[in-house]
Amino acid sequence: MSDKSASNLKANGRPPSSNAPGNPAATQSTPEESSNILQRLLAPLSPRWQNWVIRTIMSFVMISSFSLIIYLGPLAIVGLILLLQMLCFKEIIGIGHAIYRSHDLPWFRVLSWFFLFASNYFFFGESMIDQFRILLHRKQFLEPLLTYHRLISFSLYCGGIVGFVVSLVKKHYLKQFTLFGWTHVTLLFLITSSHLMIRNVFDGVIWVILPCAMIICNDMMAYVFGFFFGRTPLIKLSPKKTWEGFLGGGFSTIVFSLLLGHCLIQFDSMVCPIEYDELGNTLNTNCSRHPVFQPVQFRLPFAEFLMEDSSTLLGFEALLSSIPWYQFHWHTICMASFASIVAPFGGFFASGFKRAFKIKDFSNTIPGHGGVMDRFDCQIIMGIFVYVYFHTFIMVTSPHHLLRQVYSLRPSDQLKFYEALTEGLAKRGIVPAV
Amino acid sequence: MADSLNDESGVEDKKKEEMKVGQGLESDEVRRRKVASADSADDEPAAAPVDPAVAQSIGQGTDQSPGILQRLLAPLPPRWQNWVVRGIMSIVMIVIFSVIVYLGPLAMVVLILIIQMMCFYEIINIGYVVYKSQDLPWFRTLSWFFLFTSNYFFFGESMIDQFRILLQRDQFLQPLLTYHRFISFCLYCGGIVGFVVSLVKKHYLQQFTLFGWTHMALLVLVTSSHFMIRNVFNGVIWLLLPSSMIICNDIMAYMFGFFFGKTPLIKLSPKKTWEGFIGGGLSTILFSVLLSHFLIQFDFFVCPLEYDEVSDAVSMNCVRHWIFERSTFHIPVVGKLLFLSSIPWYPFYWHSIIMATFASFVGPFGGFFASGFKRAFKIKDFGDLIPGHGGMTDRFDCQIIMGTFVYVYFQTFIM
Repeated sequence: MSDKSASNLKANGRPPSSNAPGNPAATQSTPEESSNILQRLLAPLSPRWQNWVIRTIMSFVMISSFSLIIYLGPLAIVGLILLLQMLCFKEIIGIGHAIYRSHDLPWFRVLSWFFLFASNYFFFGESMIDQFRILLHRKQFLEPLLTYHRLISFSLYCGGIVGFVVSLVKKHYLKQFTLFGWTHVTLLFLITSSHLMIRNVFDGVIWVILPCAMIICNDMMAYVFGFFFGRTPLIKLSPKKTWEGFLGGGFSTIVFSLLLGHCLIQFDSMVCPIEYDELGNTLNTNCSRHPVFQPVQFRLPFAEFLMEDSSTLLGFEALLSSIPWYQFHWHTICMASFASIVAPFGGFFASGFKRAFKIKDFSNTIPGHGGVMDRFDCQIIMGIFVYVYFHTFIMVTSPHHLLRQVYSLRPSDQLKFYEALTEGLAKRGIVPAV
Repeated sequence: MADSLNDESGVEDKKKEEMKVGQGLESDEVRRRKVASADSADDEPAAAPVDPAVAQSIGQGTDQSPGILQRLLAPLPPRWQNWVVRGIMSIVMIVIFSVIVYLGPLAMVVLILIIQMMCFYEIINIGYVVYKSQDLPWFRTLSWFFLFTSNYFFFGESMIDQFRILLQRDQFLQPLLTYHRFISFCLYCGGIVGFVVSLVKKHYLQQFTLFGWTHMALLVLVTSSHFMIRNVFNGVIWLLLPSSMIICNDIMAYMFGFFFGKTPLIKLSPKKTWEGFIGGGLSTILFSVLLSHFLIQFDFFVCPLEYDEVSDAVSMNCVRHWIFERSTFHIPVVGKLLFLSSIPWYPFYWHSIIMATFASFVGPFGGFFASGFKRAFKIKDFGDLIPGHGGMTDRFDCQIIMGTFVYVYFQTFIM
C-alpha cells in the first residue's frame, strides 16, 4: 500500500541511532534485518531503493508460493487459508497483549488460542459436513463427531467461558474483560471471512483466486496511477491515497480481471466445485460446467435501445459475436467494481486501527511489507462479499446439496421425505398425479 | 479505588517493555516515537481511558423505587423497603410474562426482540459513558444501525427458514427473500464505510474501542435472542421451561444460601455459597420436572409453529413429537420399597432434567461473567429500568447462555 512505503521511507531515512536511546534496535520491517547476503548486495543503493528491492522480492516470493499452492490443489488452498488466519490472529493478539500490558495474565494467551481452536473446530466441521457429508458418514469413528458436532463445539466454547470466569483476577478485571472483547471481535472478523473463503474454494477455486488477484492488482495499480497522476487526496485517514489512483486502479482492475478470468475459465480444475463422487469413491473436480462458465455469444445489454437502425445493430452484433464471452465476465465486472470501490475501506479500517493504537505495522512477519494482516486486510471483506454474491446470484442452493442432506437421514426418514416430496410435487402440478 | 486503574503504569512496566523488545516485539515507546511525527501533539495513552465515575452517570436500579411506593414504605427500614420493591416488581414481571405467553408465540417473539433492544441500549449506554464519548455523535447512530442490520439479517433468516412457503406467496416480498443475504451484507458494509468515514483525528482509539464494544454486545445479544426465537418456533415449551428453570434456580439458590449458606462459592460473587448452588440445583431439577408435566398437558405449549399448507394458516395443531407422548417409567429397585413400581412418564422429562442440570451448574457462570463485567467498570447495576432489580441485562444475563444451549441441544438431540 502506497502510504506504507512512504512511511517506511521516513523510518529508513533516519539513522538507527534516532531510536529510543538505550533500547536495542527494535525489529521492524527495515532492510537491516534482512539476510546478510541481501544487505551486502544492496549496500551501495540508497535506503529508499533498498526498501523497494526488498518489497519487490518479497512480492515475487509470495506470488510464487501462492501459485505453487494453487497447483497443489484446493485442499492445499484451504490449508493455506487456515494458516494465514492463524498468523493474522497471532499478530492481533500480540498487539492486544502489548497494548494492554498483560504480561502478568498468563491465561489470556491460552484462552485466546483456545477460543480460536473452538471457533475453527466449529466452522471447519460445519463446512466439511456440509460439503462432504456422505464421504464422512462412511467412516465409523467419525460418526459421533458428526452427529454431536454442534454440541461438542458449544461445550468447548462454554468451557472457554467458564475458564475465563475462573481466571478473573481481582485487580485486573478491566484488562481481562477488554482483552476478552478484543479476542472475540478479532475472531468474529477473521473466522467468518476465512471460513467463507474456504466455502468459496469448495465452490470452485476460481472464486478465491480471482478475487484475491483483483485486490492485489487494485493495490498495485492504484499505487502506479497515484505515482504518475496523483493530485487530489482521497481520505484524511490515508494521506497518500489519491482520487486519480483510486479511479485509475479501479478501471485497470476491471480490465485485468476480465483477462485473468478468461484465462482461468479455460481450465476445468479452476472452475469446477469439489465434489465427492460416490461412484468413483474419490474427490474430483470433473463436472458439467455451470452455465455461467459456458461460452455464450456476447450480447450487449439493452442493445436494442442503444441502436435504432436495425442493420447497424445486426452488423454490430456480428462483430461482437466474434468476441469469446462467458456470462461469468459480467460477474467479474461486478466483483472487480466491489474490489476497487468498497474493499479499500477494509484497508482504511486497518489504517485507522493502526493509527488508533499508534503502530506502524501489525508485525514484522513479511520483510518490507509488514505483517500478514497488512497484506490481507482488504481480502477479509472481499471474501465475505464473494460468498454472499455467489450464493445470491450464482447458485442459491443446488439439488445436489439438498440430496446430500437427505441421504444422511435415517432410512425411514428418507422414505418419508420421498413420499412427502412426490405428494407435494403432484399437488403443484409439477409431476402428474398418480 | 482509582488507584487500581493506575497501578498498571509505572517504572516496572517500562523495564518490561524494554525486555519485550528482545522477544522481537517492538515496545510501545519505540512505536510511539516512530509515528510521533504524524500526531505529536496528542499524547494519548495506549489504551482508551476509562471514566471511573461511571456509576453516577448510569442510573443504578437496585436501590430505586417508584415515588408512590416510597411514600407507602417510608415507615419500614431501608432493607425491608428494598425487599418489598423487589418482591412487587418480581410479581409484576411474572404477570406480564404470563400474559404474553397467553397471547401466543408471536407475542413472545416480539417480547424477546424488545428485551434484546433494551439490553443493547443499556450496554451501549455504559460504553458511551465509560469511554467518555459525548463528543462523538455518530457512535450511537452507528451502533443502532449495526443492531438494525444484524436483527434484519437474523430475523429474516429465521422467518425464511420457518415460513418459506408462506412468504413466497407474497409477490412484493419475493425480491426481499431472494436477495436477503445480499441486502443484509450491503447494509453491514454501509455501516463499515460509515464508521471509516466517521473517524475523527484525535479520537481513533475511542472510536475503535467503541466499535469493538458494539460488536461484542451484538455478538452476544443478537445471536442468543435469535436462537431463543427459533426455540419459540419449535414449541413454546422450549423457551418457557428453560427461562423458568433459570428463575427458579436464582430464587432457590438464594433460599438455600439464606438458610444453610456457609462456604463461599467464588471470589467474584461473595454472597454465593456452595450450599445455595447445590441446593438450588437439586430443587431446580425437581421443579422443572413438575412444570414440564404441567405444560405437556397442553398442545399449545408443545406444538411447533408451522405453516399448514392444507388449511392455509399458521397453526399450532400437530402430531406430537414422540418425546411428548405418555409412557411409563419403571423405578428399578427403590420402587418395590415404595410400592410404586412405575409412574407415568414422558421421555421429555429426561431432557428436562438435563436442561435443568445445565441451568443450575453452567448457567450461573453467565451471571458471574456479568458480575465480573460490572466490577471491571465499577458499576453495581447495568441500568435502572427495573426498580429493585437493576437493569434489564441484570435479569437476563443467565438466560443468554441458556437460550443458546437449548437451541444447540434441540438441534442435536431432538431434531
